[in-house]
Amino acid sequence: MSVISELSSISRSKARTPEEKARQAKEAGRDNKAGYLFLAPWLVGLVVITIGPMVASLYLSFTDYSLIQPPRWSGLDNYVRMLNDARLHNSIKVTFTYVVVSVPLQLGLALGIAVLLDKGMRGLALYRSLFYLPSMLGASVAIAVLWRQMFGGEGLVNQLLQAVGINSTTGWISDPSYALGTIILLHVWTFGSPMVIFLAGLRQIPGMYYEAAAVDGASRWTRFTKITLPLLSPIIFFNLVLQVINAFQSFTQAFVVSNGTGGPSDSTMFYSLYLYQRGFGQFQMGYASAMAWLLVVIVGVLTAINFFASKYWVFYDD
Amino acid sequence: MVYPLLWMLVSSFRPTEVIFRSPGLWVNDLVTTNYTGGWNALSNPFGHYLLNSAVVVVGAVVGNLLSCSLAAYAFARLKFRGKTLWFSIMLVTIMLPIHVIVVPQYILFNQLGWINTFIPLVLPKFLATDAFFVFLMVQFIRGIPRELDEAARIDGCGHGKIFLRVMVPLMGPALATTAIFTFIWTWSDFFTSLIYLTDPDKYTVPVALRSFLDSTSGSNWGAMFAMSIVSLVPIFLAFLFGQRFLVKGIATTGGK
Repeated sequence: MSVISELSSISRSKARTPEEKARQAKEAGRDNKAGYLFLAPWLVGLVVITIGPMVASLYLSFTDYSLIQPPRWSGLDNYVRMLNDARLHNSIKVTFTYVVVSVPLQLGLALGIAVLLDKGMRGLALYRSLFYLPSMLGASVAIAVLWRQMFGGEGLVNQLLQAVGINSTTGWISDPSYALGTIILLHVWTFGSPMVIFLAGLRQIPGMYYEAAAVDGASRWTRFTKITLPLLSPIIFFNLVLQVINAFQSFTQAFVVSNGTGGPSDSTMFYSLYLYQRGFGQFQMGYASAMAWLLVVIVGVLTAINFFASKYWVFYDD
Repeated sequence: MVYPLLWMLVSSFRPTEVIFRSPGLWVNDLVTTNYTGGWNALSNPFGHYLLNSAVVVVGAVVGNLLSCSLAAYAFARLKFRGKTLWFSIMLVTIMLPIHVIVVPQYILFNQLGWINTFIPLVLPKFLATDAFFVFLMVQFIRGIPRELDEAARIDGCGHGKIFLRVMVPLMGPALATTAIFTFIWTWSDFFTSLIYLTDPDKYTVPVALRSFLDSTSGSNWGAMFAMSIVSLVPIFLAFLFGQRFLVKGIATTGGK
């Protein structure tokens, strides 16, 4: 069960019979102490590293705080400032563009390649590794450095274009209309981990469905849309939710490719990069906290929409 | 897929002037000066940063293995009050954007005087904050037959013994997956190092690489590629040896 089907099954398992409740209460008593003992490190972490800081950041979002002087209550100032912060609006636009373009491309590619690999071709393990490798390396600074060179003025991409007779002297990363595209490409390149999840899902579809459909004379495309897609929909959903959340937090690539500036002309100013600049560059901790909460709301709303929409296209057969 | 990687590898053995003229993958005049030059280009030899990263990574791996397996055992096998609630909270934290906690966390660690130490990078791992691995291990433990720990219980083992003598030996693949993923992700983690480590002596590999980019401002790509390759070698080796586990690990978290 994936995180997501697990989450939805928790809300489903609420209704229990009285006998079941009694039995569970009895068992619960037995292991109570041991349970909390084993859980202790996680609980401490939850309070000290997660929930505590979340509460603190909610408070800080209503203050002016530069780390040097104690936080000064400023009410809704930070939030009002956010309404008028053009760079913030731009960073939201950049991040949304990035998410909306790169996630579907990445997932589509992952699904397509997974379906091809699932045909059981020779050397499957090798291909799977080759496709999976970039996912493991992609988050590293080294790859971002490589990307910066590849799409620079004298970079690899321009060398290749020159070889086929196209002369482009400007670097892609220094052109505001293409810089974001290069980072999107980097994200799409790391389609390996959703692909592995798709592959595992495809394995679970019983082969007899396809055989029956083939007997009925269904075309390859019909089989894909009528069998594969519906049966794979919980996994597509899982990948979609996780990739959207991940994409919203992208940082390293934009930071390294733009050298921490989000340039040219803020075209790669990701939300998390702007938050970093405000918080850790200018030490406006209150403003950064307010920004963080806006991000939580955005991601939360998007995830909720995802969950809501999933009712119409995700099929659980259990 | 791997062409950019191969090209970077090949380029790291080329003189910098040639890098800008050859998209091909062959080396005419192999040079190793990029490696020797790059190794010593920063205020410390590159080995210093590799060592810093190694310290952080080892701490993170040990921390995750300990804390996540304990929590996973509780969630998968023990019945206790509030378990469903805690479990749901744990699942939700997997999806929480880190930015909402990073600012106050920074303030907290700053107050404690832990900036410029490895503590902020390692301590959270001992508190099972990487909930993804807790979930992964819960999944794995659920697949271990209950008869085994029930038999041990009848023989008079407490939970501590069941955990150490029954679970841990059987959890090999889940522990390996966690160790390898923790290794790879911590090794390439840039954001946390960037925030918490400001003293160049404390830099981990990703921050060192990026300051490299600043100090040579793109003029010495050969040396930069050489050190990039050096920084990727541990990830690549972990990937090579751990592939089997990585694929299984990621597949089980996403599978139905």
